[in-house]
Amino acid sequence: MDPMLIGIVAIGASGFAVGLAAIGPGIGQGFAAGKAVEALARQPELRSEIISTMLLGQAVAETTGIYGLVMSLILLGIAQNFL
Amino acid sequence: MERFMQAPEVLFRIAGVPITETVFVGWMVMLFFIGAGFAVTRTLRERPGIVQATAEMMVSGFRSLVSDTMGQDKLGFYAFVGSLILFVFLSNILGVTGLRPPTSDVNITMGMAILTFMMVQFYRFKAKGVLGYVKSFGEPLVFLFPLNIISELAAPVSLGMRLFGNILGGTIIVALIYDVIPLGAPVPFHLYFDLFVGAVQTYIFAMLTMVFVKMAME
Repeated sequence: MDPMLIGIVAIGASGFAVGLAAIGPGIGQGFAAGKAVEALARQPELRSEIISTMLLGQAVAETTGIYGLVMSLILLGIAQNFL
Repeated sequence: MERFMQAPEVLFRIAGVPITETVFVGWMVMLFFIGAGFAVTRTLRERPGIVQATAEMMVSGFRSLVSDTMGQDKLGFYAFVGSLILFVFLSNILGVTGLRPPTSDVNITMGMAILTFMMVQFYRFKAKGVLGYVKSFGEPLVFLFPLNIISELAAPVSLGMRLFGNILGGTIIVALIYDVIPLGAPVPFHLYFDLFVGAVQTYIFAMLTMVFVKMAME
């Protein structure tokens, strides 16, 4: 296969990797933040506890997005070898 | 930008082992904390000065964080968790100086994640004994054994990769901004990606470590 083509495909795939992986965590984190706001409106006195739980849940939801980012960086590293 | 897409630069070699920029900066961070800890505890007084008061506030903050998250009986972990927080936090915010943050190197973050993984396995073994340890992988059903092993191995990978990906991603974005507008514009990005994300990721890393160890001991 043409090495130039491999590099171009790797760059395109890295864009798709991070772009598609960003959808899920975006929805999940927004949902968690919205629910946290609802909880805060109901019980404002639990503010610090709600915020720390929200951040922890968002961090776990973010994992797949970060996997996409790591994959995209690996693909960019591969592309450098071919271009 | 180019600099951050390459592997970290090798500064020198010790007995053939390459010491990269990130590892060296990580050692400097450790030396800083060892030196600071030594210097502060030499001159302890009944009426603390500002340095001693800050150190005491940090230690009591770590103690209350650990006792809130893990329970009063596991307070002994505050030394480990506190060191982890200090190291990861200073490493993360070093990005504002233009150095490569040590936590943007997968070797360092995965090293810390593997340390947590070892601790989890050790304390589960200690809490459940040989039979209980083997049995804990066959729950809730025996044929889920391979899946439980995979989920056990995925925990440290996600722990290390989360920190690495966040910090390296932030560093690369800031480097890209420097390429487009070198003056003024990178400041808010530094504030967000280095300081805010650095602090949040430190908190999350410590929190997940505590939760994993606590779950293993139950």
